[in-house]
Amino acid sequence: MSTFHLKISTPDGMEFDGEVERVRVRMIDGDVCLLAHHADYVSAVGAGEAAIVTADGQTKTAACIGGMLAMISGEANLIATTFEWSDEIDLERAQRAKATAEARIAAAKNDKRELMLAEAKLQRALVRINVKH
Amino acid sequence: MAGASMKDIKLRIRSVESTMQITKAMELVASSKLRKAKERQERCRPYFMELKETLDEIEAATSDFASPYQGRREIKKRCLIVIAGDRGLAGGYNANVFKAAAAIMEDGMPTCVLPIGKRAVEFFARKGTEILTREFAEAADISVADCFTISRLISKGYLSGQYDEVSIVFTQFISMLTQTPASEKLLPLERQERAREQGLRPLVLYEPDPVAVYNAIVPNYIAGMIYGSMCESVASELGARRTAMDAASKNAAEMIDDLSLRYNRARQGAITQEITEIVAGAEH
Repeated sequence: MSTFHLKISTPDGMEFDGEVERVRVRMIDGDVCLLAHHADYVSAVGAGEAAIVTADGQTKTAACIGGMLAMISGEANLIATTFEWSDEIDLERAQRAKATAEARIAAAKNDKRELMLAEAKLQRALVRINVKH
Repeated sequence: MAGASMKDIKLRIRSVESTMQITKAMELVASSKLRKAKERQERCRPYFMELKETLDEIEAATSDFASPYQGRREIKKRCLIVIAGDRGLAGGYNANVFKAAAAIMEDGMPTCVLPIGKRAVEFFARKGTEILTREFAEAADISVADCFTISRLISKGYLSGQYDEVSIVFTQFISMLTQTPASEKLLPLERQERAREQGLRPLVLYEPDPVAVYNAIVPNYIAGMIYGSMCESVASELGARRTAMDAASKNAAEMIDDLSLRYNRARQGAITQEITEIVAGAEH
């Protein structure tokens, strides 16, 4: 299968730079999978699981939240806010974060801002937990 | 001499010495942290440059472009993000930031503040300025994730009309010795005056549509601006602390020299007096 070049960068530096067969990412309006020779494409990343199939056929999954995915003249560029390979996710920490966020939501009641902050935290924790499983 | 006994002078020398040890240690800590802060800033730069380019590209490629983040509406209230330190002992670092913020607020427009750093929270609480949230009182611990939270918060407030302009006040790191406060406008975004008729451009598929992609990316870009300013401020704080501590160590060394001289003079004076007394006693 033909491959293409993919770069994954985050604010903490480059996470991946190499040839892949395909890349699948959860966008703001659902999952998108890019193959080689895709038309020029730009979209915003939602929150969910991302998966890449590298040139040697290995599949790697990751938690991927926010940012954008672009395919310009055959080169793909995934600019992610959060990108953690599944083997790097700290499950315990995510579960702790989930519990704290749930407690905050329960305590927030009518405080909209607090609710929003806590919900965002909960979503991130859930994505991490789902990817890990 | 000045009447101080040898014991007093010795005690003072010892206390100045221990102060100097602390200031020296603080200087070293600031130097090593400074290097890390600069690295962090460099690392995140490519990420946000890419986002900025995409934003400009979308705007240039779309003929009837209109985003709420660009709206030119009347400015009735502004939101100011002020980044200061958590601790003092950094020369004029905190005071300079507050001076810059006060200069902006001078025009009397209603302003709410989102302070970052313990000093900033305390300063604005004392002044009685409307504070958006006290969540971010630890400037040193602010992570990328926190910057995204801040960005989402202010984007939402901006879109719902709580305020019509968002600026950030931070400290620019110019060199190890020079750090100057600066302010930058985050929202509304500047309209690109770049000519739209650049001839043919590659046809890019934006999904679901260019404006939706643009609006989804803007908060990320703003987070990047905040994170960048954050890193720069942290580096500046460390730089200022390093300089201040360096000056303090030098002062301490000077004081020790001065005190040693006085101690020796006092000692000599005591010996001379003793000899004079003995000689005077022998003559009789």
